[in-house]
Amino acid sequence: MNYFDLTYIFLFLPIVIIVYNIMPKKIKPAILLLASFVFFFMISKFLIAFLLLSILSVYLGTRWMSKVDRKRDEVLESTEKEQKKEIKNKYRRRKKLILILVILFNITFLFAFKYLKFFTLNTNFLLNCMHVGWRIKVFKFMAPIGISYYTLQAISYIVDVYQEKVEADKNIIRVSLYLSFFPQIMEGPIARYSQTAHALYERVRVNFQNFCFGYQRILYGLFKKFVIADRLNVVVGKIFSNYQNYDGITIFMGIAFYTLLLYMEFSGTMDVVIGSGEIFNVKIPENFRQPFFAKNISEFWTRWHISLGAWFKDYIFYPVSLSKPMKKLTMRARKGLGNHLGALISGAIALFAVWFLNGLWHGAGWTFLFYGLYQFTLILSGNIAEPFIKDLCTKLKINRQNIAYRIFQSVKMTFFVFIGELFFRAPTLEVGFGMLKMMFTKIHISTLWNGNLFKLGMDKKDFLIVFLALIVIFIVSILREKNINIRESISKKNIGIRWLIYYALILAIIIFGAYGPGYIPVDPIYADF
Amino acid sequence: MEKLIEILESLQPDVDYETTENLIDGRYLDSLTILSLVAEIEEEFDVEIPTVEIIPANFNSAKKIYEMIERLREE
Repeated sequence: MNYFDLTYIFLFLPIVIIVYNIMPKKIKPAILLLASFVFFFMISKFLIAFLLLSILSVYLGTRWMSKVDRKRDEVLESTEKEQKKEIKNKYRRRKKLILILVILFNITFLFAFKYLKFFTLNTNFLLNCMHVGWRIKVFKFMAPIGISYYTLQAISYIVDVYQEKVEADKNIIRVSLYLSFFPQIMEGPIARYSQTAHALYERVRVNFQNFCFGYQRILYGLFKKFVIADRLNVVVGKIFSNYQNYDGITIFMGIAFYTLLLYMEFSGTMDVVIGSGEIFNVKIPENFRQPFFAKNISEFWTRWHISLGAWFKDYIFYPVSLSKPMKKLTMRARKGLGNHLGALISGAIALFAVWFLNGLWHGAGWTFLFYGLYQFTLILSGNIAEPFIKDLCTKLKINRQNIAYRIFQSVKMTFFVFIGELFFRAPTLEVGFGMLKMMFTKIHISTLWNGNLFKLGMDKKDFLIVFLALIVIFIVSILREKNINIRESISKKNIGIRWLIYYALILAIIIFGAYGPGYIPVDPIYADF
Repeated sequence: MEKLIEILESLQPDVDYETTENLIDGRYLDSLTILSLVAEIEEEFDVEIPTVEIIPANFNSAKKIYEMIERLREE
């Protein structure tokens, strides 16, 4: 089962809503938790034990930390001012030990399930190169669903408790629900404890407005997936698997379509996820904010998969770049290289760590590592170049707020995003570079009018439907960018117009959805990470 | 406060620091500028800013940054 399965939308979700509503207030959170465990079990069966172990480790770890804090406060009350710092440090060290233990415990599972095979294969390759006679046995385990997401949530919670941003929760049901809420478990967003935990435990009934708003958002997600993503899937699959048979223009189209497919599939999933949360009055944080309206790659990453970027920023970037040795490095570098470049040195080291881990998080493979390092290089070079571009624009009297300049920035950024996604999708680095090379060297202009583009699994009608659907998405994106709440505006319209809009959306999905012979539905891409 | 505004202007001009209240949420200051800012503040005001303080609520306006500095000085 995944979030686009009709079983989820029209059976699982409604059953949970009904049971949740008829059960007494006191046990409503337990119903949500039970539903979450059932959902998990249906996909990953007994691997649920690993989810339970993670929950338990984080719960016990945070409770232990809270005990250390209480003890520290008691001691501090009867301590002279001069000794307070020393006492604080002593107890901080104890908490740090718990923090490290729990993080290691959780990371070990993540490593075993996701990276062990990659690690052993590459170690064996090295052993072979060094002519060593023995090899490590290669194991590949089936990973529990969503392990990459709930592990990061678990780490964020325990770090937040360690830093005393949030209090250690005594309620194990709330902690469990925060880590395993069924709409989020497969593909995130990676929410913080402060964002969803309390809302999940509010125990309010599902009311008519939340139900309607939730299902509207779900419908919008279905529209993106069935009308656009699934329609593009066949073309993308053909071009990526047989790229040697096509020319540069077709390959470029394949890459552009894949980027679009990924955006529609993942942001569409997020619509279903956020809509499902909305039904239960839980505001799940947004994971996308019109990414293609960004001015540069750095901004793009604050608009695409927002929760992952924010996690890396808070738990990797700042802790690394603001660690004591890095701060010293920054001060020294700033004296020698000036404010801008000086700060970039420690920033670059932290940024490298972020993008190396970001690539690795997406999957154990060289293409993903390359993808991460590619983004790192783009962001860093953009930052280094910024003062020079600024000077150049001033000298050439180019207004950077000008619409033409903004369009130029968007086109440039989108092109770089396409190249990144090419390596993200390519099965090997060799294929990625092969496609990149052909894109520039084997250009047959006649492809644009000889009709070959319509022979890849999408005819003229399909192109037209995708184009019109994208116009709808584009208009909605502009309204969102202007902070206009579309659903509230719709709900204020009279009942006729309101239902006309809903029916149009439902009919669009039924009539223009790409299902049946000739189409291959997109598998949930981000559920594999 | 004037010293802080001076630092902010040296790192990122073109922003009215007296009135802007969304320095982070409005993307006026990015992560790398925050690093320079933290280093400058620590040197100028003789405080240590721990990572737990690096949250938008503390950096969204010059006033908020200053309040954070004052609080850290007292601690």
